Amino acid sequence: MWKLIKPRQATLRLWQLGLLVAIFAVWHLLTKPGLLPPFMFENDQQAAFFFGEPLKIFGRIWDWFFANADIYEHLWVTLLETVLAFGIGTALGLACGLWLALSPLAAAICDPYIKALNSMPRVILAPIFAVWFGLGIASKVALGVTLVFFIVFFNVYQGVKEVSPVVLANARMLGASQRQLLRHVYLPSATSWVFSSLHTSVGLAFVGAVVGEYLGSSRGVGYLILQAEGAFDINTVMAGILVLTAFALGLDAAVGGIERRLMKWQPKQGQTEKL
Amino acid sequence: MPSTAEAAPALALDGVSCTFISKDDPGQRYTAVRDVSLTVGAGEFVSVVGPTGCGKSTLLNVAAGLLEPSTGSVQVFGQPLTGVNARAGYMFQAESLMPWRTALQNVMAGLEFRGAADAQAQAQEWLKRVGLGAFGDRYPHQLSGGMRKRVSLAQTLVLDPDIILMDEPFSALDIQTRQLMENEVLALWAAKKKAVLFITHDLDEAIAMSDRVVCLSAGPGSRPIGEFAIDLPRPRDVAEVRNTPRFVELHQAIWGVLREEVLKGYQQQLAA
Repeated sequence: MWKLIKPRQATLRLWQLGLLVAIFAVWHLLTKPGLLPPFMFENDQQAAFFFGEPLKIFGRIWDWFFANADIYEHLWVTLLETVLAFGIGTALGLACGLWLALSPLAAAICDPYIKALNSMPRVILAPIFAVWFGLGIASKVALGVTLVFFIVFFNVYQGVKEVSPVVLANARMLGASQRQLLRHVYLPSATSWVFSSLHTSVGLAFVGAVVGEYLGSSRGVGYLILQAEGAFDINTVMAGILVLTAFALGLDAAVGGIERRLMKWQPKQGQTEKL
Repeated sequence: MPSTAEAAPALALDGVSCTFISKDDPGQRYTAVRDVSLTVGAGEFVSVVGPTGCGKSTLLNVAAGLLEPSTGSVQVFGQPLTGVNARAGYMFQAESLMPWRTALQNVMAGLEFRGAADAQAQAQEWLKRVGLGAFGDRYPHQLSGGMRKRVSLAQTLVLDPDIILMDEPFSALDIQTRQLMENEVLALWAAKKKAVLFITHDLDEAIAMSDRVVCLSAGPGSRPIGEFAIDLPRPRDVAEVRNTPRFVELHQAIWGVLREEVLKGYQQQLAA
């Protein structure tokens, strides 16, 4: 029996799923009132109050998606903010990264400002954006963009700087114009750096959207969480966190899928087949 | 005056010196080559040999237009060279293939940059000629070192350059593959009669392949210290020609000039 389910490549998913179930099971055991005698808190209601109960959380999610079907409006807003922030931030970061990496003089002039902007805790910009762009989608997108931009920017900058000088010289000898160098050498060479940054920036785009909603909004999953928190409804807060995590994972998987398609030229470690 | 242009050598370096300045400390200077004059006639195969670190690659980069000399001038078929040498193909010592392109796409690259219509067909033809017809869809990391060199060769030659610059192209290969490649290059050269400037540290290779061998002194400030016409009959087989008495004679004569410089270069590296 053990041989059949021993951790290996084929049973990987099974084990990952098992771990998830185990976490929820332990959570359930420790928080369900009356199941175990309370050892941390004075009475058996308190664990459920502070940490929520998995069954109620799933019930909440079920209500959101199916019974009441009232989350879609909020989820749509949050996802839209995230995707817009991610897209705009990535495009800007890519453009600025390429431009500054290819013109050293501009890079030298902008250097201290970029460093200053990057080291500034940019979440404090959220109130300013709320004033500038109102409490709608735009202020959240702006916050997300400032978070995503620098990650992508620095990675593209680094990626272009690390282009192999021999490959570059070779392309020039083969007659590539400045534009062709950009398209056929700099960009492909920077893509591996870009993709490693995209995985980080998907998460940060979500952070921008949710923090923005948290600070002032009338729609969005962050708004739902804020409402629930005000009513000490920890189950709904947890449910919101779970939903956001699931969608962040989904977006990350989408980026991973595109990465695998575009980066198929990269060497992967081969393994010999045991016969 | 087309007649003088035809008579002009394919490549002429005149009094070329290259001094590098350290980026961190502008006071630190290093003169790699000093006052080098070198010509390669149209259709001539010239090798440059010298001790390690004597600035052979620097000379080639100057000829390619990738590096501007500190003093001196470069002329290509009688025209002063500005920017990248468009009439030259360059085969680098290090890996120079674009890792994100397949072998075929790499060979196509130059044609694509020039906007040639039948790029793919020509590239496939050249891949076949270097014995890699079935490997067009492989990425460089999926090919062996020798195969990558052959792709590089096809990539350079598919553009049909008038001047071919080669920087120790086969130094990373094992001896058998190397001799195969050398013979292949000689056959291709014999068919097209291009001007070749070939850099190597291997005297045997230089003699076996060239019409003329130029010896450089040890750096810094390398300069040519000897020039030998190689009068071995063609076509040659690089493996067999090594056993002929004339080859041994030439080898001894050139080695006599080179020996001291090689030792000098070695001593300098030990001291550094």
